[in-house]
Amino acid sequence: MEEVTPQPDQESTPSQEASSQESATAPARAPRQPAPPPIGLDGRGEALKALLPGPLAPFEPEVDTALDEVVVTVASERLLDACATLRSDPSLSFDYLRCLSVVDYEDRFQVVYHLWSREHRHKLTLKVDTTVESPSVPSVTGVWRGADWFEREGYDLFGVEFPGHPDPRVLILYEEFEGFPGRKSFPFHDYQEW
Amino acid sequence: MTEAQRLESVDILVNMGPQHPSTHGVFRMVLWVDGERIVDCDPHIGYLHRGSEKLSEGELYSQIITLFDRLDYIGNFNTELAFVGAVEKLMNLAVPERAEYIRVILCELNRISSHMLFYGTMGLDAGAMTPIMYGFRERERIQNLFEAVTGARMMHNYFRIGGLREEPPDDFVARVRGVLPAIEQGIEEGDRLLTYNEVFLARSRGIGVLSGQEALDYGLTGPSLRASGIPDDIRAIEPYSIYDRFDFDIPIGENGDTWDRYAMRVEEMRQSVKIVKQALEQMPESGPIKAQVRGIPRPPKGEAYFRAENPRGEIGVYLVSDGGDKPYRLKIRPPSFANLQALRPMLRNTYVADAVMVLGSLDIVLGEVDR
Repeated sequence: MEEVTPQPDQESTPSQEASSQESATAPARAPRQPAPPPIGLDGRGEALKALLPGPLAPFEPEVDTALDEVVVTVASERLLDACATLRSDPSLSFDYLRCLSVVDYEDRFQVVYHLWSREHRHKLTLKVDTTVESPSVPSVTGVWRGADWFEREGYDLFGVEFPGHPDPRVLILYEEFEGFPGRKSFPFHDYQEW
Repeated sequence: MTEAQRLESVDILVNMGPQHPSTHGVFRMVLWVDGERIVDCDPHIGYLHRGSEKLSEGELYSQIITLFDRLDYIGNFNTELAFVGAVEKLMNLAVPERAEYIRVILCELNRISSHMLFYGTMGLDAGAMTPIMYGFRERERIQNLFEAVTGARMMHNYFRIGGLREEPPDDFVARVRGVLPAIEQGIEEGDRLLTYNEVFLARSRGIGVLSGQEALDYGLTGPSLRASGIPDDIRAIEPYSIYDRFDFDIPIGENGDTWDRYAMRVEEMRQSVKIVKQALEQMPESGPIKAQVRGIPRPPKGEAYFRAENPRGEIGVYLVSDGGDKPYRLKIRPPSFANLQALRPMLRNTYVADAVMVLGSLDIVLGEVDR
């Protein structure tokens, strides 16, 4: 991936637009709405962020924010224990796995878990990095059963292995398919399917 | 040979689909059958896999809307909203009021038309031919309205990043108001026809039961989750767009069986009518329908996860942007995909004749399952 640094002019676009909006007098243009406030953590998110370092301390998490989500990154060997804690700790009780995605950053693969707690109504993004040479992340099907098909899909499209998965068969592609079409290295158009 | 050995039966493997008319698309399941009883089931998906996620990485943001139309081809507006919502969230873009109202009206009408199709096919699955006529009659009214607004009956490509593609027709509000009484009447007629029909009750009560905890474990969302007694609706628990401005109820079931999953959708149609009525009342009469986005939309570097309530459940879009005009990665969390995982535990120990009913009650759309 070409590392794209955030360009300063892009970051300041909302304020620029706001200032040009005041000076714009062309009658044909519809009046613009004021630029919305930046999206950030809500009250529950802030509380969760403050709370997390306690129960997750043994897993050495990196706690960060992305818009309205609290983002936690852990090492893959600590993933299973961290997930078990996230699910069972009464102050966290993340009982629902919303989504499991694999992202190919070319220098690494990242598995992203979007979690939701019904009891506390808070949400969390959990991230795990794995290598390109032998991408492998322990399966969390033991913690959230719903991860089953998402992990099978992750193997199909990205070749990330999930050791511990009860039924690691091909799900979306057909069995004879070669390669991992989700990866950035997989060609877009010029490949022969049949 | 003992008596037990002599009576021992052998599991028979029955293949159903992928071109079976009652699998609601190209879905295949392999059933292990002991007599009439299903011992185990193995669902196979992927026959409709078009690589939408990978394709998205090569398209401009505004072009991806068409791909989303083709995911859930019964609830197009709701699916479009999930994508434009994710991009707007990442760009922190304010959508004009009027556009939001038109979006909500279209989405809720779309929910009704989707559930109407479900209602009809549910009848067919149970062996009743009439409900599909009722369902399609109401669906047709809504599809005609959509055609007037967007020019297309199904693949609308109408939502844009920051608003809508173009003004709806001048008589849009009048048209919606005109069509609502007929739809309301249609829902009640359909309800009277099928819901408490004795044969239908006998076919659906207590079949394919899923407890609330199991439903959560398997990641079910939408009406199928609420049928198991879990009152989670993204429109209420995490309102997106302007759903926090409407007053509506969330129906929940008691038993989590096939009948409950059906009844949830009938009740949801009534609630959608309620939302459309409120939206028509509150909607500003004039105003812009699109926020001004300069040139090609380029969301800043970063990531956003946007969730929306699709007729089938929670559709999530995980968007990773590197600051360019195309997404770096776009992951779609389709509701039917997660719902379908629960088919296996639901089908165990039911009868072969009920398999179609149970599958139908999940209301899957294969375009979305396979992407």
